[in-house]
Amino acid sequence: MSDAALPLAAAAPARRSSARGESLGVRIALIAVSLLFLLLFLLLPLAAVFVEAGSKGWEAYRAAITEPDALAAIRLTLLVAAIAVPFNIVVGIAAAWAVAKFEFRGKNLLISLIDLPFSVSPVISGLVFVLLFGAQGYFGPWLQAHDIKIVFALPGLILATVFVTFPFVARELIPHMQSLGTADEEAALTLGASPWRVFFRVTLPNVKWSLFYGVLLCNARAMGEFGAVAVVSGKIRGLTNTMPLHIEILYNEYMGAAAFAVASLLAGLALITLALKTFLEWRFGDEIAASRRH
Amino acid sequence: MSVAVTIETIEKRFDSFTALRGVSLDIQPGELVALLGPSGSGKTTLLRLIAGLEQADRGRVLFGEADTQELSLRDRRIGFVFQHYALFKTMNVAENIGFGLRSRPRQERPSESEINKRISDLLELVQLPGLEKRYPSQLSGGQRQRVALARALAIEPRVLLLDEPFGALDAKVRKDLRAWLRDLHGRTGHTTVFVTHDQEEALELADRVAILNDGRIEQVGSADDVYDHPATPFVCEFLGEANKLPVKVVGGQAFFGDRPVLGGITQNQGGPASLYVRPQHLRIVDETPLALPGTVEHLRRNGPLRRAEIAVEGLKRRLDVDLASQVAPAIGERVRLRITHGNLFAAA
Ligand SMILES: Nc1ncnc2c1ncn2[C@@H]1O[C@H](COP(=O)(O)OP(=O)(O)OP(=O)(O)O)[C@@H](O)[C@H]1O
Ligand SMILES: [Mg+2]
Repeated sequence: MSDAALPLAAAAPARRSSARGESLGVRIALIAVSLLFLLLFLLLPLAAVFVEAGSKGWEAYRAAITEPDALAAIRLTLLVAAIAVPFNIVVGIAAAWAVAKFEFRGKNLLISLIDLPFSVSPVISGLVFVLLFGAQGYFGPWLQAHDIKIVFALPGLILATVFVTFPFVARELIPHMQSLGTADEEAALTLGASPWRVFFRVTLPNVKWSLFYGVLLCNARAMGEFGAVAVVSGKIRGLTNTMPLHIEILYNEYMGAAAFAVASLLAGLALITLALKTFLEWRFGDEIAASRRH
Repeated sequence: MSVAVTIETIEKRFDSFTALRGVSLDIQPGELVALLGPSGSGKTTLLRLIAGLEQADRGRVLFGEADTQELSLRDRRIGFVFQHYALFKTMNVAENIGFGLRSRPRQERPSESEINKRISDLLELVQLPGLEKRYPSQLSGGQRQRVALARALAIEPRVLLLDEPFGALDAKVRKDLRAWLRDLHGRTGHTTVFVTHDQEEALELADRVAILNDGRIEQVGSADDVYDHPATPFVCEFLGEANKLPVKVVGGQAFFGDRPVLGGITQNQGGPASLYVRPQHLRIVDETPLALPGTVEHLRRNGPLRRAEIAVEGLKRRLDVDLASQVAPAIGERVRLRITHGNLFAAA
C-alpha cells in the first residue's frame, strides 16, 4: 500500500460514523440501555423461574412435575395445542390466501376481524364463550338437552385457545403473500399445474418461513395462554387445568417451588421456540431473506 | 405444432375503465409479432387475454379453429414469460424447467429420465448448460430471462407469449438477447407474441408489429410498412422522432406558409395537413427549389450521429436535423433544408 492511500483509509471510518449521525458516546449509551433493559425485564425473571424451580432440590422438582395433577395439566396443554394449532394453520392460510390473492368486497373488514383477538382482552374472549355456551348462555339449554359440554370442558378450552391464537399465522402470512403477488401462481397455472399443485408446490413453499414463524408463535401462545382459558376452564383439577392454570393454583396455595417447577417447563418451551427460530435464521438466513425480499 | 391465433374484436373493462376497445389481430402460425405501445395502452392486458389469465368482456380468441373459451389453462398450452420472469424461487433451475412436464396428468407425463433429458436439452438451447442446480437468486438477470424462456418452452407450447422479455435488463444485454431470440425463433418456429415499449426492439425482431394506443390497434404491418408508411400521426411519432410542420396541400405540392416544401404528392387530398418529417429525412442543401430556410441554433451528438437544431421562421419548435456525413454547419449559420421524405396527415 502506498503512503498516499493512508490518509484516505484513515478518513473512511470517520466519515462513516458521522454519516450515521451519532457519536460514540451516544451509541454506547443506547446499547447499554438496551442491554440493561433486557437484563432487568427478560433475563432476570427467566433466571428467577429456574432458580425458584430448583430451590427445593432435584427430587422435589421431579415430584412437582410428575405428580398426577401436573401430568394431567401437561397432557391437556399438549392436547389443546395439538388441536388448536393445526386448526389455526389451516384457517390462517385460507384467510391469508383470500386476502392476499383475491379482490373482494369487505376485504378490509376481514383484515380488521383477523386482528380482533389481539385487540380484545383475553378475559373477554373467554367470557364470550361462556355467554354463548355456558349453562345460562344462548345455546346452554339446547346443549344441556343434548348432553354436550363445551364450557368447563375440553371443547371450551380448545375454542378459547383457537380464538386467542388465531391471528398469529394469518398475520405472518398476509403481508408476505401480498408482497409476492400472484405472478408465480399464474406462471404455474399456464404451465398446466392443477390448483392443488400450485398451492402445495408454489404458494406454500414461497411462504414457508413466514408460516413457520407464525406456527411457532401460535404454538407458544396456545400453550401459554392464561386469561381466556381461565374463564372457560372452571379449573377442575386433573380435568380442565392446563399448565398455566395449574401453576396459578399451586402458587395460590403457597407451593412456590412446585409452581415454578411447572413454570420452568413453559419457560423452557419459550427458550426452545427462541432457539429454533434463531437456528433457522442462521441456517437458512439467505433463503429467508430471499423469500422476504422477492 | 404452432397454431394460428385469431383475435376478434376483444373488449376488456376493469370496473369502469376500458383497457381494450375492440382489438382484432390475425397471427399466422410460426409468426413473430410484436405488440408495441406506450405504457398503459393495454399490451399486457391483451397478452393475458390470449393466455387466458384474463377474461374478455366481448370478442373471442381462437387458436386455429378452436375457441379458447372452452379450453382450460392447461389445454391452451401457452408458454408465458412474465415481465419479471416469475421463476419459482424455492426450486432450482432444473426443477423450474421441469415443472410444466411434471404437472401433466400421470398418463401424459414423460418418464423422469425423459424429463431430465429435456431439461438439459433446453438448457443447451438457451445456452445455460450446467446450471441445473442453481437457484434463481443465484442467476443474473439475463440468465433468469433465459431460464424463464426454457421453462415456457418445456411444455412444447402452441403459442409463446413474452411480456417485455428484456424490460428489466441493461441495454447491452438486451441487444445480445434480441439477436439470440430472433435466432431461437428461427429454429423453433413457435407462434410468438411479444410485448415491448421499445420501438427499436419491435422493429428489429418482429415479422409484424402491432401498434397499440389507448386500447386500440392503430396499425399492423411489417417493420418497413409501419416505419415508412405510418397510418396515423400517433404511429409516426411513436416509432421514432419526427418534426411536425403545418402545411397546406395544393395541386400535388405541400406549402409551408407560401413556400413549397414537398412535391410529388399523389395522395388525393388538399387543404390543411400536418407533415411529419424524421430528422434523417432533412438534408442541408445548396440553393434548390423546395427548400426551407433556417438558422442553426444548436448542435449536439446523438450516439453516432450529430444533430442540428434549426429554427425556421413561422415555426415554434426547432427542427431536428441529422447530419449524417455532412460537414457540420456552424451555430448561427443560415442554411436551407430539403425534405427528402415525409408523411402527410390531414389536419385534425
Ligand atoms: N387488474 C386491473 N385492474 C384495473 N385496471 C387495470 C388492471 N390491469 C390493467 N389495468 C389498466 O388497464 C390499462 C392497460 O394496462 P396494461 O397493463 O395492459 O398496460 P401496458 O400496455 O402493459 O403498460 P406497460 O407498458 O406500463 O406495462 C392501464 O391503464 C391499467 O391501469
Ligand atoms: Mg405491461
